[in-house]
Amino acid sequence: MTGQLYYQDIAVGDEITPLVKQPTSRQLVMWAGASGDFNPIHYDKDLALSRGLPGVIVPGQLAGCFLGQLITDWIGDGGRLKKLSLSYKGMNLPGKTLTCRGRVTKKYLEDSEHYLVCSLWVEGAAGEKTITGTAVVTLPSRG
Amino acid sequence: MTESLPTIGGLKDKIGVEWPLGVYEIEKGMIRRFVQAIEDPNPLWQDEEYAARSQYGGIVAPPTFIMTIGFEQIQKLLAASSGTLLHGSTELECYQPLRAGNVITATAKVANIRERPGKMGKMTFITFGISYQNQRQELVAKCRQMVISY
Repeated sequence: MTGQLYYQDIAVGDEITPLVKQPTSRQLVMWAGASGDFNPIHYDKDLALSRGLPGVIVPGQLAGCFLGQLITDWIGDGGRLKKLSLSYKGMNLPGKTLTCRGRVTKKYLEDSEHYLVCSLWVEGAAGEKTITGTAVVTLPSRG
Repeated sequence: MTESLPTIGGLKDKIGVEWPLGVYEIEKGMIRRFVQAIEDPNPLWQDEEYAARSQYGGIVAPPTFIMTIGFEQIQKLLAASSGTLLHGSTELECYQPLRAGNVITATAKVANIRERPGKMGKMTFITFGISYQNQRQELVAKCRQMVISY
């Protein structure tokens, strides 16, 4: 982990260090086992095609967890993720590169805690936003 | 506990009614399998010595882990009477870190149901509200999950 981020280090508009992921079909199997999510559209290609999908698709929550990692990597051990909202807008396919991105949209103090609001998104290989979201986090304060 | 789950056809009559999804003992191995699956190498989730020196004082799960707990029960319920299930959205609120050793009781209710025609036939949008309590009956997290069935 890199050095701890503090509330005073951040300005509205700052970009979160992007996180690049390339989910594979192996990862989808591991996710199914770890999450208990055995929805066949995530492992049965023929079934997925018959349901009008472009093929086996990456579970929304798996890509959502990538956005969670984007945040926890960035806020460090001293920060806390308080809220995470995710809207699964498009399909991510295994084997394609996903880029998790975010930007700080607001900072405020409440009950002596230091809050940031960040807008988040997952960018597919063609630059389209396949997931959009919002995170509310707290950070430690200097001094 | 799954025998007390309502069927999808009966969900509309169950709006606001709570039912148990299960009791989950959070083990280190469970957290390890999860972070290996999402490929998140953060030592807070796996390295006992590192985590012991952190503000948490021990291994915690990534905050996203809890949104998978009990969701498999909801999927199982809906899969029995759905053609295809897609995930629409997730809204997670975390009140406490989830620690290895916690015993979590997950409780769900149907918050709302909407139907509308889609290109693959009738689509049903079902929003569940799930709450997670630890062994001390403290609220650890809440999660709203919207699922699309067609």
